[in-house]
Amino acid sequence: MFDGLSERLSGILDRLTRRGALSAADVDAAAREVRRALLEADVALDVVTGFITTLKERAVGVEVIKSVTPGQMVVKIVHDQLIETLGATADPIDLNAPAPVAIMMVGLQGSGKTTTSAKLAKRLTEVMKRKTLMASLDTRRPAAMEQLAVLGQQVGVDTLPIVAGQTPVQIAQRAIQAGKLGGYDVVLLDTAGRITLDDAMMAEAAEVRRAAQPHEVLLVADALTGQDAVNLAKSFNERVGLTGIVLTRIDGDGRGGAALSMRAVTGKPIKLMGTGEKMDGLEDFHPTRIADRILGMGDIVSLVEKAAATIDAEKAARTAERMRKGQFDLNDLREQLEQMTKMGGLGGLMGMLPGIAKMKNQMAAANLDDKLLKRQVAIINSMTPRERRNPDLLKNSRKKRIAAGSGTRAEDINKLLKMHRGMADMMKAMGSGKRGPMAALGNMMGFGGGMPSPEEMQKLAEKMPGGLPPGGLPGAGGLPPNMPGLPKMPGGFPGLPGLGSGKLPPGFPGLGKKK
Amino acid sequence: MNDSTQKKSWWQRLKGGLSRTSSSIGTAITDLVSKRRLDAAAIEELEEVLIRADLGVAVAAKVAAAVGEGRYDKSVTADEVKTIFAAEMEKILAPVAQPLVIDGSAKPFVILVIGVNGSGKTTTIGKLAAKFSAEGRRVMLAAGDTFRAAAIEQLKIWGTRTQAPVIASTAGADAASLAFEALTAAKAQAIDVLIIDTAGRLQNKAGLMGELEKIVRVMKKVDASAPHAVLLVLDATVGQNALSQVEEFSRVAGVTGLVMTKLDGTARGGILVAIAAKHRLPVHFIGVGEGVDDLSPFAAGDFARAVAGLDG
Ligand SMILES: Nc1nc2c(ncn2[C@@H]2O[C@H](COP(=O)(O)OP(=O)(O)OP(=O)(O)O)[C@@H](O)[C@H]2O)c(=O)[nH]1
Ligand SMILES: Nc1nc2c(ncn2[C@@H]2O[C@H](COP(=O)(O)OP(=O)(O)OP(=O)(O)O)[C@@H](O)[C@H]2O)c(=O)[nH]1
Ligand SMILES: [Mg+2]
Ligand SMILES: [Mg+2]
Repeated sequence: MFDGLSERLSGILDRLTRRGALSAADVDAAAREVRRALLEADVALDVVTGFITTLKERAVGVEVIKSVTPGQMVVKIVHDQLIETLGATADPIDLNAPAPVAIMMVGLQGSGKTTTSAKLAKRLTEVMKRKTLMASLDTRRPAAMEQLAVLGQQVGVDTLPIVAGQTPVQIAQRAIQAGKLGGYDVVLLDTAGRITLDDAMMAEAAEVRRAAQPHEVLLVADALTGQDAVNLAKSFNERVGLTGIVLTRIDGDGRGGAALSMRAVTGKPIKLMGTGEKMDGLEDFHPTRIADRILGMGDIVSLVEKAAATIDAEKAARTAERMRKGQFDLNDLREQLEQMTKMGGLGGLMGMLPGIAKMKNQMAAANLDDKLLKRQVAIINSMTPRERRNPDLLKNSRKKRIAAGSGTRAEDINKLLKMHRGMADMMKAMGSGKRGPMAALGNMMGFGGGMPSPEEMQKLAEKMPGGLPPGGLPGAGGLPPNMPGLPKMPGGFPGLPGLGSGKLPPGFPGLGKKK
Repeated sequence: MNDSTQKKSWWQRLKGGLSRTSSSIGTAITDLVSKRRLDAAAIEELEEVLIRADLGVAVAAKVAAAVGEGRYDKSVTADEVKTIFAAEMEKILAPVAQPLVIDGSAKPFVILVIGVNGSGKTTTIGKLAAKFSAEGRRVMLAAGDTFRAAAIEQLKIWGTRTQAPVIASTAGADAASLAFEALTAAKAQAIDVLIIDTAGRLQNKAGLMGELEKIVRVMKKVDASAPHAVLLVLDATVGQNALSQVEEFSRVAGVTGLVMTKLDGTARGGILVAIAAKHRLPVHFIGVGEGVDDLSPFAAGDFARAVAGLDG
């Protein structure tokens, strides 16, 4: 029904044959399409406008890497910005207050407040082991109180006995009181649905808030909401005051733009998602899921990931080129280390290669863990750009400063520098060979002069049941035989330095040396 | 309540919604045209004003283009723009503004009410029951939502309010059997209008949509012409997804007409214009509140003017 953003963008951007950075004109053209796509996904106009302004600032001048189209590049930038706007980290329900902690649910009619209350109560009881009481403050909708009572029974959570004739504020007070007396950890207050134009009803909600002093006030809103999302979120936030948002009916096929609108206008985190009518249909918020929907592509994730992998592969190729020229500096090393972390650390990387389990164990024994990778990146991060380009500058006083900055010891820095020097030297030596490191490696592995194809690599691995001989694989004794310039390896990961030598680069972290 | 006062009351509500919505369409148009002459960029911005009312990109473009015809490089007033908007939308909506006609020869006339969760089905049924009773018809309700907690109780309360008998079984029972039973009972009791409530379901859930199909199938065993009307209840707050709701529910259950609820809120329900442009399904009623009288016949002109931000 909808065109995905990347198809639209490819229409206008991919005509550009020019490579290099995205120009202001490119970005303008793309921004129009992004704008339309967001509007079609029900993101509110005002929010779209703000989003586009930021997007333009970010995208102009971004370098388009070779293997992705400019359209894909923009999609990736949009995707990243969406996730950032939606809130990249999960923001859980906060129960950090004296018991009973009150949680109040508010929202428009039929948005899913009562259902969500019961789902949340179930989760609080079963998963978080909190003694929970629910109370319905809905004195208006026919059978609203019965609905909550029935759900309470279903999920095995107590509900406040119904007393006819009480106002919502009175019920709230009674609920808090019952919460105190009954030793409840949490009191969940379900309220009646209300339109934001109804002054009396909005005032009533504010009054309930004052009376019950809830620690969380959650706006329960339908993920299918259209342009009104801005209004409703703003009104509830201004009149009642929100601490978070719950997005219901995520199990529908709506584009979910309302999520972005509500998050943007209130600044309040989206904490939970409703994924069905049933009581187990409640999940923590996943910004990627919403971002993917807004962009309207089922395959956006893979596409973006592919683009990202390609970006990484190109970076690696560039690094390889620098290596060949003997320009491998600490920036390059950092990039390599970050790559390794990204690929799931050494463990993840090794796990991707067939027949390598044994080696993995050896590495584990050698204490080469991901913490080490992170520490090394931290060390490099504590250097100045000049130091990174020119490690020879690093004398004792500088090392001390870096050690302090990265929370490491001077000897850690020495180890890192030694490793870098070893790698750089080796690369230079190999690079001076006529056909470059790849050819050298190929030779050693018996592929003649050519580069082994992924299939050949696979075959090679299969030929070595039980793993590769320790230290016997060219490519730095135990490091995956994957190298820059080989972007199409299974898993698509870019290379590690340390090519072609039958031995480890001197001092490579922890390898072969027990701590 | 006579027709004109009722009309006024919902019209007032719509207007109320508009004037208090800070980013209302009217203001946006005024801001836009007071600045400059009409050019392509201005038309595009007018388009976006319509998008803000949930018209969707395509229909908004069409309606906005009408403003451009013969007016390029001229300056226009906000009122002109709004009038053109309203006229264009009315053109699209007028053919679908059709009352729900109860065919007296069908005994009972069976109305199946369907829609996504929480759209306002049960409440609309209560309002319809009141309306038909007031017209002197014998109304019966069937509590076909056997899934949602206390859905049966909710309908029973509406039954009491409107003095309509309610056929219900227990929670978890088979909805199709209940519909069958209700239709049989309604026939036996010479009921004029039987309205069947159903559980809310999202249109992308094949299993639940299949159940709906089954309800229709089973009823036909009692009366091959039933259901005589299949009303899809749409929530005005919903955005572009309403289009796919119309498509899927029509495919599975043969929707014969639409009701749009919650127009008393700030949502403008402009998606109805897009739906009318694409599907030409009759729009019978709008819901403008939670009370029993908060149902009005759909009037294309009034609706179009409200969406365009035109006063009275
Ligand atoms: N598919 C789906 N349905 C949901 C979800 N959350 C709630 N519902 C359904 O939406 C409908 C309305 O839910 P309620 O919990 O009654 O909504 P409410 O906000 O309490 O409604 P009022 O009290 O009338 O304002 C019910 O049919 C629920 O089963 C969800 O995440 N997914
Ligand atoms: N403001 C306003 N609220 C409405 C309108 N129509 C229904 N409601 C409210 O919307 C909520 C949901 O209405 P229901 O009639 O229970 O909706 P439903 O479609 O039967 O819901 P499920 O059976 O759970 O799928 C209730 O709180 C109603 O009072 C309307 O026109 N305006
Ligand atoms: Mg409720
Ligand atoms: Mg219902």
